Amino acid sequence: MSPRLSKTLSRFPIHIVLIGMGLLWLTPSVGLLISSIRPPDAVNQTGWWTVLPRLFDTSQYTLRNYQEILGAQGMALAFRNSLLITIPSTIIPIAIAAFAAYAFAWMEFPGRQVLFVIVVGLLVVPLQMTLIPLLRAYNRLGLSGTFVGIWLAHTGYGLPFAVYLLRNFFGSLPRDLFESAYLDGASEFTAFFRLALPLSVPALASLAIFQFLWVWNDLLVALIYLGGTEQVAPLTLKLSSLVNSLGQNWHLLTAAAFISMALPLVVFFSLQRYFVRGILAGSVKG
Amino acid sequence: MRKGGLMPWLYVGPTLLILAAYLVYPTLTTLYLSFFDKRSENFTGLDNYVWTFTSKAMRTAFRNNLLWLVLFTALTVSLGLVLAVLADRVRYESPFKSVIFLPMAISFVGAGVIWKFVYAYRPAGKPQIGLLNALWSGWLGQEPIGWLVNRSTNNLALIIAGVWIWTGFCMVILSAAYKGIPKELLEAARVDGANEWQVFWKIIIPTMKPTLAVVTTTMIINVLKVFDIVYVMTNGDYGTEVIANRMYKEMFHFRHFGRASAIAVILLLAIVPVMAANIRRFQEQEAIR
Repeated sequence: MSPRLSKTLSRFPIHIVLIGMGLLWLTPSVGLLISSIRPPDAVNQTGWWTVLPRLFDTSQYTLRNYQEILGAQGMALAFRNSLLITIPSTIIPIAIAAFAAYAFAWMEFPGRQVLFVIVVGLLVVPLQMTLIPLLRAYNRLGLSGTFVGIWLAHTGYGLPFAVYLLRNFFGSLPRDLFESAYLDGASEFTAFFRLALPLSVPALASLAIFQFLWVWNDLLVALIYLGGTEQVAPLTLKLSSLVNSLGQNWHLLTAAAFISMALPLVVFFSLQRYFVRGILAGSVKG
Repeated sequence: MRKGGLMPWLYVGPTLLILAAYLVYPTLTTLYLSFFDKRSENFTGLDNYVWTFTSKAMRTAFRNNLLWLVLFTALTVSLGLVLAVLADRVRYESPFKSVIFLPMAISFVGAGVIWKFVYAYRPAGKPQIGLLNALWSGWLGQEPIGWLVNRSTNNLALIIAGVWIWTGFCMVILSAAYKGIPKELLEAARVDGANEWQVFWKIIIPTMKPTLAVVTTTMIINVLKVFDIVYVMTNGDYGTEVIANRMYKEMFHFRHFGRASAIAVILLLAIVPVMAANIRRFQEQEAIR
């Protein structure tokens, strides 16, 4: 036997395991996608896999489910709400955290170490610990059911991780860089905006993607602070209520689920590198 | 490093303010509320905690979280490790890892719908549209099972959905650590006559211990707080309730803020050791920086 052939043969079990796992992982999502474009009757009478033998026969597909779920069932509104919630909830905490992280990395002030250790500790505090007092405060202040309220909540919950990740990144920049900038007369402000931030674009990108997906995919925070208000409900909230109201209408549920995943999937495929980097940098988030 | 009077406080001020308002103050208040009654009016001592550890509902929740803790953690970490090591040897490593990692990008609610569809149940004789029952009854000729309703399968069914989501996360982190092992180390062992099995157990696992510890603790934290999957797929019915789910119910269905607070405190207490470990690890890193 040639060495090459024997190498291929010895790798055979590895290929079987990996391809098998890959198919196993993909199958549930493929089933969802296919069901979402099949007519209601077909979805309810036959399994989605029955389209496989004639996969490219487009007469068995329809976009009607999407039309109905976006219009009559209000997924379009929920999509808009998700955007209105997620974009500010990504930008605000990162902007605030960048300043704090810079101070923790390159400025001297009393209590600097202790305060940062507290931030590290707060990383894993369960959200559940904050829900009741905050909801009560929100009800008193009229913030529950409002976008401002949920932006602030996501800012609070996202800050520890953002500060932690950025501070570690800023801290890893060479000290000489800042010292020579100061010697040249740069102010703290200039050093931050002209030096630290531009050098940290990859870290900021990772963080932004992380926070974006986290907020977009969040159910609990929206459930608590937005309650049942249809007008402001994001996709996750809408989808979870559809699961109850639509029950066995799988043609609509699958389409709704796919709509809620579309944007994260685009982000994931185009920016996977940054996403992975963010995960590697901060696998301690609570 | 600059000594800067007021300047640093302008930088950290907003963060400290928000953290105080959104994390520190509520945490302390919840702790306080956990010693009060339903509407936080009368002090009731440890009553809520006694209820937490003795009521039937909470016993189910603790049992299920324990089941999650063992199965979910073991499956995600071990699968993640095995896939990371195996994928390193093939040319399609990166697309393969994308496929396994993909579920991390979508919401737990979306994943819940995906798996609810896989587990969909129709009575015997009707066409099965759920993949699992189609295989089970069509292929193996068994009676179809309501996987999410049947008490002996439903917790496992939920855990599998969780494993599907999180294995990619473990794999990505473990893969990075695996690639950090010097190749000479592995080659040297192979030259000395170690087989792949021995290399895996005697070199790869011990070298990756710190990363395995981080990944395992992350999964344990996830398990303690697992909520969305259960909320969407069974809403904690048929004996699938978990701690975080029960807290939500106490809060919104029964409006018992004392009990809900006590449950949250238990969650926090379970996570305190992880918090301490994080801080210790951070301080060690700082010491060598």
